[in-house]
Amino acid sequence: MISPNLRIAFRFLTAKKRAMIMSLACTVLGVGLFIVTQATTSGFEEFFTRTILGINGAIRIEDRIQETMTSMAAAGSDDFYIANREGVKYIEGVEEPQRIADAVREFPNVRGVSAVVRGNVQLTSAFKTEDAQVLGINLEDHVRVSRLAEQIVAGELENFRSATGGALVGRVLADRLQLTVGDSVSVAARGQARRLKVSAIFETGYREVDKTNLYVLLPEARSLLRRPSGASFLQISLHDPARAPLDARRMEEILKHGAKPWQEREKTWLDVFRALRISTGITVSVFTLIASLAMFNTLAMIVLEKTKDIAILRSMGYERRDITRIFLWQAGIVLAIGSVLGALFGWIVTWLVERVPLRITGIFKADHFLVVRDGDHYLAAIATAVVMVMVASLIPARRAARLEPGDIVRGTAQ
Amino acid sequence: MPSPFSLLPSPASGIALRCTGLHRYLGVGEGRVHVLKGVSFEARRGEVVAIVGPSGCGKSTLLYLLGLLDQPDDGQIEINGAVMSNSDDAARTAARGAHIGFVFQFHFLMLEFSALENVMMPMRKLGRLAPDAMKARAHALLESVGLGAKTHRLGTQLSGGEQQRVAVARALANEPAILLADEPTGNLDAKNSALVFDLLTRLAKEQGQAVVLVTHNPEIAQRCDFTRAMRDGVFV
Ligand SMILES: Nc1ncnc2c1ncn2[C@@H]1O[C@H](COP(=O)(O)OP(=O)(O)OP(=O)(O)O)[C@@H](O)[C@H]1O
Ligand SMILES: [Mg+2]
Repeated sequence: MISPNLRIAFRFLTAKKRAMIMSLACTVLGVGLFIVTQATTSGFEEFFTRTILGINGAIRIEDRIQETMTSMAAAGSDDFYIANREGVKYIEGVEEPQRIADAVREFPNVRGVSAVVRGNVQLTSAFKTEDAQVLGINLEDHVRVSRLAEQIVAGELENFRSATGGALVGRVLADRLQLTVGDSVSVAARGQARRLKVSAIFETGYREVDKTNLYVLLPEARSLLRRPSGASFLQISLHDPARAPLDARRMEEILKHGAKPWQEREKTWLDVFRALRISTGITVSVFTLIASLAMFNTLAMIVLEKTKDIAILRSMGYERRDITRIFLWQAGIVLAIGSVLGALFGWIVTWLVERVPLRITGIFKADHFLVVRDGDHYLAAIATAVVMVMVASLIPARRAARLEPGDIVRGTAQ
Repeated sequence: MPSPFSLLPSPASGIALRCTGLHRYLGVGEGRVHVLKGVSFEARRGEVVAIVGPSGCGKSTLLYLLGLLDQPDDGQIEINGAVMSNSDDAARTAARGAHIGFVFQFHFLMLEFSALENVMMPMRKLGRLAPDAMKARAHALLESVGLGAKTHRLGTQLSGGEQQRVAVARALANEPAILLADEPTGNLDAKNSALVFDLLTRLAKEQGQAVVLVTHNPEIAQRCDFTRAMRDGVFV
């Protein structure tokens, strides 16, 4: 059975449809645009995250932690060991990549591990010379920790796998050197040079990477960089990348190697996205604010017009809190309609925005607006509207409840 | 629901409503007026009492106090033996809903609601009856005030007299022990005046309700069990 208060609220409201339009319209706009801004800002954020996870993996182990006091602790005093925890030294690189990789694979969240040898080289084509960074990888391992396979834009990954002396060249780097698949390029490092063949060209969308990176097979890199053992870093992919900070901390503890989760590595950009998401959310909440002011205004007006009805209700035994509820219900009805329409509006606009062509390059590459549809955005939008409109409605609702029936019938209520 | 002020097992006295030494000032500052100057009054079950007096003597003011819609500056009000003048808003509200039916002198109805809905309004709040029973009772009450054919008219679509009769039906909705009516026949023609007055007296006799009505109509006053005349804030 519908509560009597809701019934009364509904009837008061239908008699004041026009006055409520403003509040309803602003609720729809507030809820809808909140959803759209959250969908797009998170869309770009998520795409950026996908891009960087596809390049650098979720966690990187780059250096060994050498606790300089360990030997002393072993020599006797535990207190001394603890007191000098700051005496930790990071030694670049992973000396025993095989052993560490095996240990990392024991973590249940780990999807893949790839040992990479990195070094600076100079590439010389028939046209010019460019500085580059060579990454020596085991292809099978590396495609499990990156999206390299999907990033190939020319040539075949198969050729790289099978042929010796092959290289994967970043798109921008290849363009600068005017290299195409099958071309040969000279790679110089540590005073020696050798020729490699371009097996394929990759594009991650992250310009810095596409401009400098060059993949070769691990043995090739070892011999080129004269580094017969060890690795520059281990790149790790996770089943659930959101848990990277936790896993990284555990890895540091257990493996005694510095492990950096992607959230920390990409903090600068992630903070930019977060600030953008919050600031656009606040901006469009102006509509919700207007909705709540309009609701305040309309309810205050209805209270004035309905003082006699309030006196009649109170004379029949309706309590103060019934009066409060009658007015809050009115706000509730507008909010319910506004939330549904706003969510629908937000969904449709999101759908339209996704179809807007937009070329973006730099930290990722996209050719249209990126959006994410997340139920949480809808909840947040509706929750914002509910809180703001309800707080604004509370004032006239409580004023209505405070009216004394005796004052109203004598006409002295104000 | 057992209630300390149940309608039927009447206390020996049979007094439903009693007030003693009521004082009420209205207005503020210069405009402050001593409207009620020590009014004492009682109404018994099964009796119809008329309050008469010239315009502005304080009849409505007294009725609001008796209906617990207003609070006296001094004096005491008992409803079914319980002192209500000092009780809090919640208790007075509950007493209004369960024991008192009130007909206002002006503005009778909630105009956005139909006659039927207006009559059901107090029943819905009290919640004693099932929805179907409420509806049936509201129909019966409207029938008894001669509006059986206009139950679905909105308040705005009824004449002043029709609105007044709906208000009488509504005041009776919860079978109140006490019915307070401020000129319930003020806007009515002779036929409908008689209809409403007969209804009220019949209820008083059959159900033991205490009926207090304010009237300017000498004929009606004369047909009441008692008439109390008021002048300038006191009974004379
Ligand atoms: N807010 C107020 N401030 C000052 N005086 C008031 C106020 N309201 C009413 N009064 C005065 O109180 C007196 C009693 O008013 P009340 O409405 O009770 O009269 P009444 O007997 O019901 O008159 P009527 O027969 O015309 O309905 C009047 O003289 C009126 O002027
Ligand atoms: Mg009066």
